[in-house]
Parts: sequence; structure tokens; C-alpha cells
Amino acid sequence: MIETLAFYLFSAILVASAVMVVTSRNPVHSVLFLILAFFNAAALFILLGAEFVAMILVIVYVGAVAVLFLFVVMMLDINFRELRQGINTYLPFGIFVGVVLFIELAFLVFQNWVVPAGAGQSIAAPTPALDHASNTRALGQLIYTHYLYVFQVAGLILLVAMIGAIVLTLRHRTGVERQNIRQQVGRKRGDVLSIKSVTTGAGAPVQ
Amino acid sequence: MIGIWNYLLVGALVFVIGVLGIFVNRKNVIIILMSIELILLSVSINFVAFSAYLGDLFGQVFVMFVLTVAAAESAIGLAILMVYFRNRGSIAVEDINTMKG
Repeated sequence: MIETLAFYLFSAILVASAVMVVTSRNPVHSVLFLILAFFNAAALFILLGAEFVAMILVIVYVGAVAVLFLFVVMMLDINFRELRQGINTYLPFGIFVGVVLFIELAFLVFQNWVVPAGAGQSIAAPTPALDHASNTRALGQLIYTHYLYVFQVAGLILLVAMIGAIVLTLRHRTGVERQNIRQQVGRKRGDVLSIKSVTTGAGAPVQ
Repeated sequence: MIGIWNYLLVGALVFVIGVLGIFVNRKNVIIILMSIELILLSVSINFVAFSAYLGDLFGQVFVMFVLTVAAAESAIGLAILMVYFRNRGSIAVEDINTMKG
């Protein structure tokens, strides 16, 4: 009973905030509604017993991706009102496509599909009982043994994305004082220092 | 546990809203990137739902890979967006025609 109630609460907030992400006038509000949507999706994951993925979702999406979006939205100096022009011309077509897509997906969901009897044999990684291993422990035992190489590839993807983002946004500005190590180290005393004998009362000669 | 179709329906709804967001916000790349995040989230919901109902933990492993790809994709997308804004002074999708693709 309480689970059903929690499911409907979280999923209603999830869907409502997803709608607000799409339709909000201010992009900052969109990002904040995206954070709300991810929080509620994490709550749904917890209802399904996937605590680790739920926490990862909160940490990665709310802690990193949404903040990245927020940074970019606030850094770009754009008139967002201009970007919203023409929203009404695309809205009927978009709603039409959305309704058709949703009817198709709902048709798939409500079709009389059954899990075949032999599906038990094809389970890749059976979930251990909760008193045997918690969700996090079971996932760790899976990731660091059977799926180690795939996990490493995921890390590699993140590394490539990081390097790509740095390379894309790095720019060398001209007209900025920079430290030139080679010039600094290769400097000799004679290049910069000269001793002049100054006669008293006459001063040093102007060069 | 409530029926799996509840979760599948929520996933389908979020997916449709994401697609609708791409259709409606044709000019704002930031909203389009957020819509892609919503679509990937709906995929994750489906994965976790089937993982829970079939007793197969691999669905949750796969959600983590989806998460990785989504994070990488949004980072690269926002970096491209920054470079584009620096060069052109706007982020309207309709202006992106310099490659004549």
C-alpha cells in the first residue's frame, strides 16, 4: 500500500518536472526541474531495490551534470526569449508525434507479453538474496570480476570525454603576458646587466 | 511489488516528453541536451525495472554504463556549445549551417 502510494507520488513528480524541463521559460528553471526529475527517478530506483544506482544517479547527475548545465546556462550571455520564438508553430506537430509515440509504447507495454519459462537459464547475473549480499556489494562483486574490462572501457570513455572537453574549450589568447621558461632559463648576465661608471655631478648618459 | 507495467509506463512517458522537448525547443541547444538526458533517464528506468523484476543484476550494471555515456555526452556537448557560442555569439540551432551538411 505505502509502496504503491510512494510510486505514484514519485512518478507523478517525475513526469511533471520532466514536462517543466521542456516547457519552462527560463533555462535555469529547466535545469532545476531536471535536478528534481533525477531525484525522483532515484527514489523510484530505491523503490525497485537498486540503491547503489540510485545514489550514483544523484551523485553523477545532480552533483556533476546538472551543475555543468547550470554553469553553461549562466556563462552564456543569450537572450533566451528569442530562442523561444516559434515554439507555438512546432507545438502541434510535436504533440502529435509525442501522442503517436506514446500510444505505440503503451501498446507494447500492455500487450500480453509473458516471460518465457526458459528465461531463468539466460539470466546473466542472478541477484543474490538481500541477507546474503547487499545491492552495493553484489554490484561490486559483479563489476570488478565479470565485467571488469567493460568497466575499464567506461573509464576510458570518461577520460576521452574529459580530454575532448579540455581540448575543445582551451584557447590561447594573444596579447597576454605569459611565462616563457626557455627564455627565462637561457638568460645571461650580459644580456640584461651592464656596469657603467658615472662621473659625479654629470649623471648617467641617456641611451 | 507493484506491476512492472507501471514502471514501463513512467519510462515511456518520460521518453515521450524528452522527444517532445527536442521537437518543441528547436532553437535552444541547452534544452535539447537536457531532453537527451531525460531520454537516457527513461532508458535507465526501464533497465532497472526489468532488472528488479527478472532478478538479473546486469540491468543495473548496464545503467551505470548508460550513465557514463550520458555524462560524457553532455560534457562534450556543452564544450562544443561553448566553442560555438564563442565563435558565433549565438546558440540557435538554425544558425548551425556553416558546414553545409
